[in-house]
Amino acid sequence: MEFFIAQILTGLANASSLFLVACGLSLIFGVTRIVNFAHGSLYMIGAYTGYTLMQVLPGAIGFWAAIILAGLVVGIVGVLIEILVLRPVYRAPELFQLVATFGVILVIQDLALMIWGPQDLLGPRAPGLRGVVRILGEPIPKYDIALLIITPIIALALWYLMTQTRMGVLVRAATQDREMVGALGVNQAWLFTGVFALGSALAGLGGALQLPKGGADLLMDFNILAPVFVVVVIGGMGSLPGAYLAAIIISVLNVFGVTYLPQSTLVLMFVVMIVVLMIRPYGLFGREEVAGEHGQVGEPERPIKPASSVMRGIVVVLLIGFVFLPLGGSSYSLVFVTDMLIFCLFAASLHFLLGTGGLVSFGHAAYFGGGAYIAALLITYSETPMEIAFVLAPFGAGLTALAIGWVCLRLTGVYFAMLTLAFAQLVWSLVFQWGSVTGGDDGLVNIWPAEWLKPTVTYFYFVLILSVAGILLLRHVQHSPFGFALRAARDSHRQAEATGINTRQIQLIAFGFAGFMGGLAGAMFVFSKGSVFPNELEIARSFDALIVVFLGGVKTLAGGVVGAGFFKGLEETLLRFEYWRLLMGLLIIFIVIAAPEGIVGSLRKGAERIGLRRVENQ
Amino acid sequence: MSISGEGVFLQMNQARNMLEVRSINSFYGKAHVLRDLSFEAPTGEVIALLGRNGAGKSTTMKSVMQIVRTQSGDVFFKGQSITKLLPHKIAKLGLGYVPEDRRIFTDLTVIENLIVGQQPERIDAVKWTQEMLFDLFPNLAERRNNRGKALSGGEQQMLTIARTLMGNPSFLLLDEPSEGVAPIIVEQMAKVITQLKSEGLTILLSEQNLHFAQLVADRVVIIESGKQKFYGTLQEMNERPEIRNAYLAA
Repeated sequence: MEFFIAQILTGLANASSLFLVACGLSLIFGVTRIVNFAHGSLYMIGAYTGYTLMQVLPGAIGFWAAIILAGLVVGIVGVLIEILVLRPVYRAPELFQLVATFGVILVIQDLALMIWGPQDLLGPRAPGLRGVVRILGEPIPKYDIALLIITPIIALALWYLMTQTRMGVLVRAATQDREMVGALGVNQAWLFTGVFALGSALAGLGGALQLPKGGADLLMDFNILAPVFVVVVIGGMGSLPGAYLAAIIISVLNVFGVTYLPQSTLVLMFVVMIVVLMIRPYGLFGREEVAGEHGQVGEPERPIKPASSVMRGIVVVLLIGFVFLPLGGSSYSLVFVTDMLIFCLFAASLHFLLGTGGLVSFGHAAYFGGGAYIAALLITYSETPMEIAFVLAPFGAGLTALAIGWVCLRLTGVYFAMLTLAFAQLVWSLVFQWGSVTGGDDGLVNIWPAEWLKPTVTYFYFVLILSVAGILLLRHVQHSPFGFALRAARDSHRQAEATGINTRQIQLIAFGFAGFMGGLAGAMFVFSKGSVFPNELEIARSFDALIVVFLGGVKTLAGGVVGAGFFKGLEETLLRFEYWRLLMGLLIIFIVIAAPEGIVGSLRKGAERIGLRRVENQ
Repeated sequence: MSISGEGVFLQMNQARNMLEVRSINSFYGKAHVLRDLSFEAPTGEVIALLGRNGAGKSTTMKSVMQIVRTQSGDVFFKGQSITKLLPHKIAKLGLGYVPEDRRIFTDLTVIENLIVGQQPERIDAVKWTQEMLFDLFPNLAERRNNRGKALSGGEQQMLTIARTLMGNPSFLLLDEPSEGVAPIIVEQMAKVITQLKSEGLTILLSEQNLHFAQLVADRVVIIESGKQKFYGTLQEMNERPEIRNAYLAA
């Protein structure tokens, strides 16, 4: 019993940072409708800044001042991000703003690397709170007790701010109908900035507060995202009590998990989430998403058409170029084009889901990496012939997608997106934690293709044929009745249902199909590299694909493929620089602001402007 | 204090017309909704904007507020062009917008809804307090601590008006105040509008309900497919039944 209570207290103390970061994210989303992916980065800056300040400021007062100052600094960083990056894109389609926040993540990662270096920093312990107190005979760190007191105080202060002040009333009103708040004379721009500052400061505070229990490292930005998303989904988007309760549930569960089921802590978190969502689809205190009810932003979509003869010509010329590449190109260029083709198929599969299906999957890497791992596991453990492993991989990925899609499709909009990311993170953590089978961080090696496919040139043709076929098949499906039904479900769920389309079924099939194609890309990938590591399943890999699709243009059929080609070329160029993430991030932000239609859309507009292409009416 | 000739003219003009809409054009995407629409709202009058469903009444309201950006033409409020301003700036000048479909904040209490609308005092308009509004809408007084979603349709409609009045406007844009509320509430609405007029407010209200417009309006604008078809006093419209028959639902 004593042990039990001690465990609960530790869990409550651990909930502190999680709660602060989650409620910051929730607040920002409520008002701006932006899922701030850079929120983990703000948390990371909070930790690093707090660390540095604690080195400078002496004593107990210095320690606590450092935490508060870290919050303030991160609040200011948030204001800068809001004004410089997000303000120019508020009028762009909602999802495009996400890409801007991906750019911010990359920029912050490299800035943190520049300022604090690559080594992990161990957090200093709180002066005066170094020991333990015995509660019912069990040792509890004093700092945990401090957190147990501080967190409810912050929660109360937030509650007061949100319910008892005009600022809080305005924030809640804007969460519901920001246009109306503007029409009543409230300057939305400053309200947005204010909320962004507050949300960021909370993330920074969370980062600094956890220092004595952890530290600061360059991976903490992505590592906090999945638990934070889970907390927000369980608690209900926009609900402070929900975030608090969910953070406590997850943290307490985690503490018990570490004691009793150390291998499955992450899995446990997802089990709880799934149970909660089965009972309350919008979280414990959440409400159904009504985003998009006041009309869509951005220009109306152009009708999709078969490719024009000019486009077909370009594609044919490009393909002929690829076919003859082995004659002229170096083996390096062959490997590069192989990589690019694989990535094009991966991006096209996400583009299909996102553009045609309107299903924003934030965790598409799960199927790419999943396909790769399935093939690698089959080869490693059952000595399956390569051909069979290769064929089974996409099916395995497709089935995984069906299972994950079945749960995620119970929700829509941002909840759906966050769930897909959380599940991808679950797959990643399974592979990462289950080292005895998957090799953990060391990955699986010696996964080579069959003898007849071994030569680089042969494998190149193999990939060329399969990826082009895959992309054509995706394109074909987009033009098929199934594609039309999928778009109908995307554009008007209710009307599609009323027309007799089983929208959930259609979307689930699309999800599985996209997973299958992602798995195919993954299988081609693993045999071209001969190995696979958990980073193929990472959030960063999912984000690469998302960035590519947005850069290419969501509303254009060729967007995924063109974006992927562009991205690979760019990566190849930028990787030569030490701080390529910084450059990439800045470039992404620039493109988002300057070319909100993506590459294909902007090229098309440009061509129309100079008269190369007829302006289409309707 | 010297007043130039132009200044006098402007002031007189301002005194005569609180709002001037001059051949505005508005679009939803590619759909051309308002076509060279013009009319005026003389200070102190109630102007009814009449037309069938889909004629462009709500769009006119939203275009004045720049919630829908006008593509060309101009809107003058007290002699000042407002087409380049953002909605919150326009609201701050003293234009109060009451949307159709009762867009109250359903998760907020009645009092909190009023707090959102609150703006500093203006020299040329009544300074409203919560208590004054509760006098004007006694039903709301009893429900001041209820959430918006607990209110009846009529109460929600009153709350949208009260919320906008908290901004102390000198000009009120009322989008279909009688739509979908019980007849007894419609009568109450008419009384409120008359009272607001007597407090010095200029009001532009959009209506499909001709009977309601007859009760309160001094002047009428009739639009059809985003074009102005008639502009004149209520009496002038009543003298020409063919106009009514052509552009308004029976």
